[in-house]
Amino acid sequence: MNHIAPGARAGIYHYDEIDRRFVGERVEQFRKQVERRLAGELTEEEFKPIRLMNGLYLQLHAYMLRIAVPYGVMTSVQLRKLASIGRRYDRGYGHFTTRQNLQYNWIKLEDTPAILHELAEVDMHALQTSGNCVRNVTTDQFVGAAADEVVDGRVYAEILRQWTTLHPEFTYLPRKFKIAISGASSDRAAVRVHDVGLLAKRNAAGEAGFTFYVGGGLGRSPFIGKLVREWVAEEDFVAYLEAILRVYNQYGRRDNIYKARIKILVHELGLEKFKAEVEEEFARLRGPKYRLDPEIVAGIRAHFAPPPFEDLPTRSDALERAKAENPAFANWVAVNVAEHRQPGYAIATISLKPAGGIPGDATCDQMDLIADLAERHSFGELRVSHVQNIVLAHVKQDELFALWTELDAAGLGTANAGLIGDIIACPGLDYCALANARSIPLAQALSARFADPIRQRAIGELGIKISGCINACGHHHIAAIGILGVDKKGTEFYQITVGGDPTLTAAIGDILGPAVTETEAVDAVEAIVEVYLANRTDQDERFIDTLKRVGHAPFKERIYAAD
Amino acid sequence: MPLIENGRIGEDAWSFAPDGEPVPNDRPVIISFERWQAERASFDGRNAKLGVRLKSGTLAGAIAPDLDRFALVAVEFAKFRDGRGFSTARELRERYGYTGEIRAVGHVIPDQYQFLVRTGFTSVEAPEDTNPESWANALTEITVAFQPSLDETDPLSLLRRKLKVG
Repeated sequence: MNHIAPGARAGIYHYDEIDRRFVGERVEQFRKQVERRLAGELTEEEFKPIRLMNGLYLQLHAYMLRIAVPYGVMTSVQLRKLASIGRRYDRGYGHFTTRQNLQYNWIKLEDTPAILHELAEVDMHALQTSGNCVRNVTTDQFVGAAADEVVDGRVYAEILRQWTTLHPEFTYLPRKFKIAISGASSDRAAVRVHDVGLLAKRNAAGEAGFTFYVGGGLGRSPFIGKLVREWVAEEDFVAYLEAILRVYNQYGRRDNIYKARIKILVHELGLEKFKAEVEEEFARLRGPKYRLDPEIVAGIRAHFAPPPFEDLPTRSDALERAKAENPAFANWVAVNVAEHRQPGYAIATISLKPAGGIPGDATCDQMDLIADLAERHSFGELRVSHVQNIVLAHVKQDELFALWTELDAAGLGTANAGLIGDIIACPGLDYCALANARSIPLAQALSARFADPIRQRAIGELGIKISGCINACGHHHIAAIGILGVDKKGTEFYQITVGGDPTLTAAIGDILGPAVTETEAVDAVEAIVEVYLANRTDQDERFIDTLKRVGHAPFKERIYAAD
Repeated sequence: MPLIENGRIGEDAWSFAPDGEPVPNDRPVIISFERWQAERASFDGRNAKLGVRLKSGTLAGAIAPDLDRFALVAVEFAKFRDGRGFSTARELRERYGYTGEIRAVGHVIPDQYQFLVRTGFTSVEAPEDTNPESWANALTEITVAFQPSLDETDPLSLLRRKLKVG
């Protein structure tokens, strides 16, 4: 029925004529807005939020265009289009972001309408990827495949995508607004550091409902989201969010950009007062108008029906043989492959963090290859994870070796998902006008230092996240080892935090000591790792658990001993 | 200043009486919310229509008890980026059942017109040099909406469908 999904088999939301008409109208609207800006009818101040809500952000050296990948899920055809745009209008690559989107860092303003037009050809756009509106709703990158999934987050993320698109009341909020949904027992979406974090679950009757955390966020004032309601029934899902946003839109601070996020409102009002305001709105909104009808949910769920899986044995002999014959492949499987709920299938993570590489970057040739592989091995569908990797969610175990062989040949076979080399880094001073320090060279140095896959695996689960300024786009607060770039009299320094946690047991890391230089930072991270390895009770004690047990002292002593 | 109504420049029957200046008794006049609070007794027995102008920080609840005294509520946008007014209008309509005119005043741009209409505004005071075409166009350029407007109650209309305004 349409041109975006090979065989229409993949679990993606299929646009129809109304969706296409909408995106087409938005492209045309933006073209006219650009004209009105050029004619002087719109001032630069007036044009700025319009441009931002179309994904266009002015960086240090050029415009950046951020393309929306709703909840990180796209088709191979869409990825090929992104590759082709990167070749034609950028410098031959794209950057996958922590919001599961893709951005181009070298875009010309005058090319933007043409790019948006090309995106519309594959049912894509750049709407609401920036600006003070509700941004792309993110979810678990293993959604619809994970063995521990309870509720399919895509269904509700798509409902929110629709509900938040050009919302008449909530497009000029005090500040940006980010929502994440997790529907599995492990939180892979970092829900407690979002403005609204949702845990989708089921009650005893099997009905879907949501736990709401509000007021989480990083930036210069990090907060862990607070529990606002334990259970919101599916039919009240939209009404409850509408109530939260209406309270925020009316009472959120507008006098200071750094105090305008909902986390500050929740903090300043106090949780109980905030809850009371939301409940009051909710009680009124709860009528038929905002009721999420089961028919709507069922209609959207139909888009995400499972692909036509084959009946396969749980254990793949081909996989076991390949693992036995090829240790590098066996290591990749152990690290980058997760359990699928369908027997005989697996979830494969393609790391975009090669040793010495730029986290989240992919060349257009790599994107084309990934698109081909997604078509051959994963029903033409792929996901972007919030840790800036790509996921092929439905790979036959029998085909994992063939997949890895091609990935490895293209420099995409790095076995470090969830390990120390799987670094999140913001664009930093190489691109960003806000940054105090560069993030990318430090990420490159660290991943090169820990390049050895065997050593990485021996260290185990340990995330490094790097932000080039206190706006914390690199999520350093919630990293096991977080690194924050600071400016000291014109020189780049790095402050190290430890003990952050992005999961449901969310925690903000603590500062270990004075900031260090870039070279010292790499050595300091290595020292932290060595202290951890020397102190852990056994291989199963994770870094953050050892840290909790032994405290900061042995780490501080080692790093700052010379001072 | 030009008044925009239904996508066109319309006749403005209202005038604003700045604080401290006399309020004419023979025609529709808008006064500030602050003046209303200070001098409300002086408007007892007034026959001509009265309107009230809310600063952007003044939310719907503040005027709610007195809404039956006003044929018009003007909601000020100090800056077009300050979107509180959208919630103010919606609260006036949905929560307090206000059926009079709601007018957007202050800094508003045509690109917000459809949002204004969909949250319950009936008119907009536009700047002197505004381009009427941009306002007309703003009502028709997007024909699909993803949320219910004020007058809709059908639950199945909650998500995406064709828009009726414009």
